[in-house]
Amino acid sequence: MRDLFLAYQSLVAFVGINGLLALSVYATLCCGQLSLANAGFMAIGAYTGALITLHSNAPFIAVLAAAALAPALVAVPLGLPVLRLRGVFLAIATIGFGEMVRLFFVNWDYTNGAMGLVAIPQRAGLWTIWLSLAVALYLLARVRGSRFGTALEAIREDETAARTMGIDTTAHKLAMLVLGAGLAGLAGGLEAHYTFMVAPGGYGFARVVEMLVQAVVGGTAAFFGPVAGAAFLTVLPEVLREAGSRLGFAPGPFRLLLNGLILLAVILYLPNGLVSLKRRKA
Amino acid sequence: MLSLGQVSKAFGGVRAVDGASFEVEKGEVHGLIGPNGAGKTTLLNLISGLSQPTGGAISLDGARIDGLPAHRIAAKGIARTYQNIRLFAGLSAADNVVVGQYLQRRAPLWRRLLLLPSARREEREALRAAEETLARVGLRGRAHERAVNLSYGEQRRVEIARALAAQPRVLLLDEPTAGMSAPEADAVARLVREVAREGCAVLLIEHNVKLVMALCDRITVLNFGQVIARGSPSEVAKEPVVIEAYLGGA
Amino acid sequence: MEQQALNGLFVGSIYALFAVGYTLVFGVLDILNLAHQAVFMLAAFIALALVAVRLPLWAALPLAMVAAGCIGLVLERVAFRPLRDRADSNISGLISSIAVATVFEAIAMQIFGPDISRFSENTFPDRIIHVGSATASLLQLCIIGISVLLMGALTLLLARTRLGRQIRAVAESPRAARVLGINVNRVIAAAFFISSALGGAAGVLFGLAFNSISPDVGRSVELKGLAVIILGGMGSIPGAVAAGFALGLIEVFTVARFGSSWRDGVSFAVLFLVLLARPRGLFGQAAAREA
Repeated sequence: MRDLFLAYQSLVAFVGINGLLALSVYATLCCGQLSLANAGFMAIGAYTGALITLHSNAPFIAVLAAAALAPALVAVPLGLPVLRLRGVFLAIATIGFGEMVRLFFVNWDYTNGAMGLVAIPQRAGLWTIWLSLAVALYLLARVRGSRFGTALEAIREDETAARTMGIDTTAHKLAMLVLGAGLAGLAGGLEAHYTFMVAPGGYGFARVVEMLVQAVVGGTAAFFGPVAGAAFLTVLPEVLREAGSRLGFAPGPFRLLLNGLILLAVILYLPNGLVSLKRRKA
Repeated sequence: MLSLGQVSKAFGGVRAVDGASFEVEKGEVHGLIGPNGAGKTTLLNLISGLSQPTGGAISLDGARIDGLPAHRIAAKGIARTYQNIRLFAGLSAADNVVVGQYLQRRAPLWRRLLLLPSARREEREALRAAEETLARVGLRGRAHERAVNLSYGEQRRVEIARALAAQPRVLLLDEPTAGMSAPEADAVARLVREVAREGCAVLLIEHNVKLVMALCDRITVLNFGQVIARGSPSEVAKEPVVIEAYLGGA
Repeated sequence: MEQQALNGLFVGSIYALFAVGYTLVFGVLDILNLAHQAVFMLAAFIALALVAVRLPLWAALPLAMVAAGCIGLVLERVAFRPLRDRADSNISGLISSIAVATVFEAIAMQIFGPDISRFSENTFPDRIIHVGSATASLLQLCIIGISVLLMGALTLLLARTRLGRQIRAVAESPRAARVLGINVNRVIAAAFFISSALGGAAGVLFGLAFNSISPDVGRSVELKGLAVIILGGMGSIPGAVAAGFALGLIEVFTVARFGSSWRDGVSFAVLFLVLLARPRGLFGQAAAREA
């Protein structure tokens, strides 16, 4: 009974963490930019948080603030050149950035290279995670409909037209990249203090794909879509695990298969979430 | 008000605009005509900052604006429409116009984050103003239709409304009546006249020669990127080079 | 020095072969096919399975290529064709290709297990050959040879055949190609078949070269491939070939100088710098329009 509760509890925690990560991808998607740097941002946040906790007595709120702030600061010099790139080029450049971050941690002896940091005190609980998610949701909900929010929509729909309406598109895109980096870093900090450990292997390309899948499946037309997607894709494999193993699937491939099939089905038949990505070819 | 001095734009070896000079005065409707490929749209892109001239100067009230990024030029009071309509397709007509108000709105995000009533008031006001602007182009009833679902002529009018929402000092219109029925085009022409009377400088690219002759105070004729004639409609119509360019180009 | 150059050419030939298929699809469709790496991986497993049932390698390689080509046809049908008319097709196509790649990986993991699989000991004769002061295995030389051969065949196909001209026409402008009476859907399918068959060949050669195949084996090659097509100029076949060899050489020399943990860092640094400094790639606009 107790085991069941613990399993259930960690599921709830991961829904929250994954929800934050999906929102971090949504932050750039909602102005039409496919940035895949977020696993890298997450790593920076996770390592920053873990190092502060391991080497100081800073209160947890300060640790989380630093975890969010560090990748946000990195996002500024990254974004300035990279956001000039369009479509797939932005995606590729940010994939490259994410992998460079991962390699940096693999090669950094101070954080034990590929082994990563272990025995991080568990300081994040369910309520910290969900409160963070609530704050992020509130922030994004209030952006919608504001002058800033309409500008983002305009950029997503037609960047050139938006510029001639007086919208500084670079500044807006940069702001959202920085916000996304902050959210990813926050999620990284929370996860590090929930699972006791950080290791570079957890922040590879596969991780950012997972975030993207959750955001897209939930739908990026509304700010709560990504969180719904994260919840759905975090919980569903657990619910269906039994059925999967009865069909002769091992849990790992089964989860992958589900993710892939659901993502494909959503893109082909439920493009609502993707309508928001509509862009004209330059 | 808006003045172009020896403006040129070369793409590779091709000079799309070649030393064009003219001025658009406050309250004037200024026609820009010429055969297809004469460089008219390129010139509009240069003025609005979507591309940079390779030579010459563009100034607004005596201050150089060429070289500035497009959003800064817009902030100086230059708004435009596009030949191949560039509405925000997924947004409603009203929301398109609300984006047009971007430079006019004063609504810091922090007020919204704190749930201040003033923020909500400002938003309602923006929407109401947008509906009013749409009424000016005869689309009051279509405000909440998504832009993609509007007819071609309606989309053109939403674009004009979106440009007007910025309360521009200079309005650049790229074939605003293309694809419109005659009554629709007349309504647009009346509106353009009215906007000019309110003190806006209007630069208008138009293929409908009858409409241009009736509507414009002055006309500049481009061919192969060069100004080949300028003056009042009746003067321009008499120029042999113009007749030749049009007949030769056709 | 010569040894390293030889090693660089060997690794580079596989990168180039992988990237040529990648860039071919980008040239035609303007879409990044992130499932290319999964086709690469599946082909390696297919060859492994064929060799395991005692098929000789010289038969297993072409069979695996044909199988990969057919997988490419399925991929195009499922993930790309339905999205072709969407305004956001270059981003939604990228995402749907991720979806299909995930499914392929799941299938491979279910059938072959998540761990590393290997070819049996004497699949290929173990012979060392001296080239100047350097030594290479017969296998390595064969891999370079086969890669160059296949890339040469592709270049000829694009330059000299009817299908090649059609592919180039579609790459230039699908609309114009349609007006000229070209069956655009069939040409795109053909491009996918060719691209995937080449990617599959790269997978088989990679599997033989390092004798380790796992469901995620394509992941690292995918990122290398991205660096190569960016460096060579998106859509440029000669660019991809040159950049593939260049990246292989750069990598080998970096490892020799700074240690193997920085091997992957090079490709990302290259990718990043090229994107920022010259997004069109080294072969520039003119080359990017070819094929």
